Amino acid sequence: MTQAHAPTPAPSPAKPDSPRAASRRRMAEQLPDATLIKWLRDMFLIREFENRTAQAYQQARIGGFCHLYTGQEAVAVGTINALQPDDPIVHAYRDHGHALARGMDPRACMAEMFGRASGCAKGKGGSMHMFDKPHWFFGGHGIVGAQTPLGTGLAFAAKYECEVLGKSLPNPGVLDGQPPKKKVALAFLGDGALNQGALHEAMNLAGLYSIPVIYIVENNGYSMGTAIHRGTTMAHDLMAKARAYGIEGRVIDGFDVMELYDHFKPLVDACREEQRPAFVDLKTYRYLGHSMSDPQKYRTKDEVDQFKAKDSIDCMAAYLMGERVDAAGKPSLSQDQFQEMQEEVRALVRDSVEFAENSPVPDPAELYSDVFVNPQPNLSPTAEYVKGARNPLL
Amino acid sequence: MPRTPMMIEKGLTLVDAINEALYQELERDPRVVLLGEDVGLNGGVFRVTEGLQKVFGADRVVDTPLAESGIMGTAIGLAMAGMRPIPEIQFEGFLGPAYDQLCNHAARYRTRTRGAVTIPLTVRVPWGGGIHAPELHSDSPEAIYAHTPGLKVVCPSTPSDAKGLLLSAIRDPDPVVFFEPKRVYRSYREQVPEGDYTIPIGQAKVVQEGSDITVITWGANVFQCLEALDKLPDDVSVELIDLRTIYPIDTDTIIQSVQKTGRCVVVQEAPKTLGMASELATIIQEHCFLYLKAPVQRVAGFDTVMPYYKLELDYLPDAKRIVETIGLTMAY
Ligand SMILES: Cc1ncc(C[n+]2csc(CCOP(=O)(O)OP(=O)(O)O)c2C)c(N)n1
Ligand SMILES: [Mg+2]
Repeated sequence: MTQAHAPTPAPSPAKPDSPRAASRRRMAEQLPDATLIKWLRDMFLIREFENRTAQAYQQARIGGFCHLYTGQEAVAVGTINALQPDDPIVHAYRDHGHALARGMDPRACMAEMFGRASGCAKGKGGSMHMFDKPHWFFGGHGIVGAQTPLGTGLAFAAKYECEVLGKSLPNPGVLDGQPPKKKVALAFLGDGALNQGALHEAMNLAGLYSIPVIYIVENNGYSMGTAIHRGTTMAHDLMAKARAYGIEGRVIDGFDVMELYDHFKPLVDACREEQRPAFVDLKTYRYLGHSMSDPQKYRTKDEVDQFKAKDSIDCMAAYLMGERVDAAGKPSLSQDQFQEMQEEVRALVRDSVEFAENSPVPDPAELYSDVFVNPQPNLSPTAEYVKGARNPLL
Repeated sequence: MPRTPMMIEKGLTLVDAINEALYQELERDPRVVLLGEDVGLNGGVFRVTEGLQKVFGADRVVDTPLAESGIMGTAIGLAMAGMRPIPEIQFEGFLGPAYDQLCNHAARYRTRTRGAVTIPLTVRVPWGGGIHAPELHSDSPEAIYAHTPGLKVVCPSTPSDAKGLLLSAIRDPDPVVFFEPKRVYRSYREQVPEGDYTIPIGQAKVVQEGSDITVITWGANVFQCLEALDKLPDDVSVELIDLRTIYPIDTDTIIQSVQKTGRCVVVQEAPKTLGMASELATIIQEHCFLYLKAPVQRVAGFDTVMPYYKLELDYLPDAKRIVETIGLTMAY
């Protein structure tokens, strides 16, 4: 049996949907130097963080499964910076970058991967389960696609606050009874998650009730070893999926963080204002394997190199150190400043590794903590169960 | 795939044995198809289906989209039409999205159609903890499926049993959930019978005979129990039973053993409450009440989510807990 749709060719970095016209940078360009430099730093932080993570994993200091974000940094930084700090976010399992871009302490993130008590989930969740409620970052999900309805629900609640409750629910940064705010939730997903029923149920619901959630497909071309056109119909025109649910769809280039922002920020603003959903096909690419054990038989080194040639960090650095100059012709970022930034970030990441390594592993008592809000006898496991169970023989 | 010289000399891992069974059945029966995420080109997440697509083609070893409900439902449809589908679900936690199809349809179809439609389906699922993976990649949900009328549930612990039980499962006219203990996947090799080799579903195996106490377990926990047996004083004679099939339960083997020993410990890595151990303890008290010298004991996981790897070994039953519990039961 052959596939009904002619397979689209292997992903190529050449042709993102949005034109790379010179005028495109209007919005991002007008941001202050400091903001753009911060973006560069955050992307570099994610890159460096993942490098160290890979190293620690290879040395068996991190266990479990580990999915690195290297290559996709511009996506997390460009989208999350278009939000308000209290707009909720849900994500899949390739989540370190989003957590960091959202402001999670690198120490808490690294310690989580090391399985330490000081991790963001007390070392009980690991790489796929980054959570940071104070930053409105609702995780990290190991079931592909499952997070998308959750994002819909978070957005639904925000809309409910505005349109029904007339006040905010008590939440991080919100005092009881504060007036509600118009919010947008971001639900990140991979291209593989496009094929999960959960997403389609969520999109239909969001379309039906005009819920302010943006589904961001981080389209890196692969779902594990399956190239998108081998697993998804209409891979060449994902907007068809959005259209089916009456949701506005956009294709956005995810390699150039400024271009990404230029296209994404107005969309966020519109969804917030009009309280409605959207769907984004965000073109990106992962440089490394799906996880730490991936022989990558499904793609060529050549293909990877093509994408590396338009690396988002390199591009941004080049822009800030060359193209972007003040009236006197001085670039926004000097070589020395860039050097300094890299040093600062490297030290920060090294510190996070040291912190993780020196943190205690969770006490076995943590096995039975946090199962229920109100543990009752015989309901959730209690201390009596640990090491040998509650034993009528004892 | 055909055995390599190394396999002939050193034996097969559990992964090799399952691969061999699939190969043989694909060769023998044109109605057999494999389907799942990355099972073809990539040979599956655990490389269990490695090489099969090359030999049997993409129509019989089918790469699917990432969509467990769709995979399971399609497999059920194939089975209804008389095929012998073998879907792979990459990890036991991903049965979640497929649960509706498996439990609300596959399991009930025969009853619902008053015997007119049967579902010869074998769902292969890597199972259990011990490989440092987080929750949803380390769970032990066998009791959920054993509790679902209409499903058979199998969980072999050795390469030979895996081959024999998988061939039986594929040929079984009813749906079988075939749990593969990840922890054992490549942990050791053994000589596995060549050619057509089946082990009947529903038969437990007495791994070691003994007279003082019966220890019942399945999957990877067989090895923790063996380790525990090594550590016990010589004067405790343990009968170790590997359940192999979770459902239907081989009650005869269990009853015979416990009537002989009068004591029993059940070891499972699933959460304690309402796991298979609970059912086994009930069966034992129903049939062996007057033979019992001590209450049946459970060594189990905890009623909580499987923790990340630093606490994994605190969660999973280990030789120490098993030895302690055997000791307490003996001293009762
Ligand atoms: C329900 C479910 N099925 C399968 C998996 C195994 N799995 C983890 S990631 C992945 C590929 C997902 O690809 P994509 O959504 O494109 O995200 P990417 O890895 O590219 O970030 C698969 C099949 C899973 N975690 N959950
Ligand atoms: Mg992808």
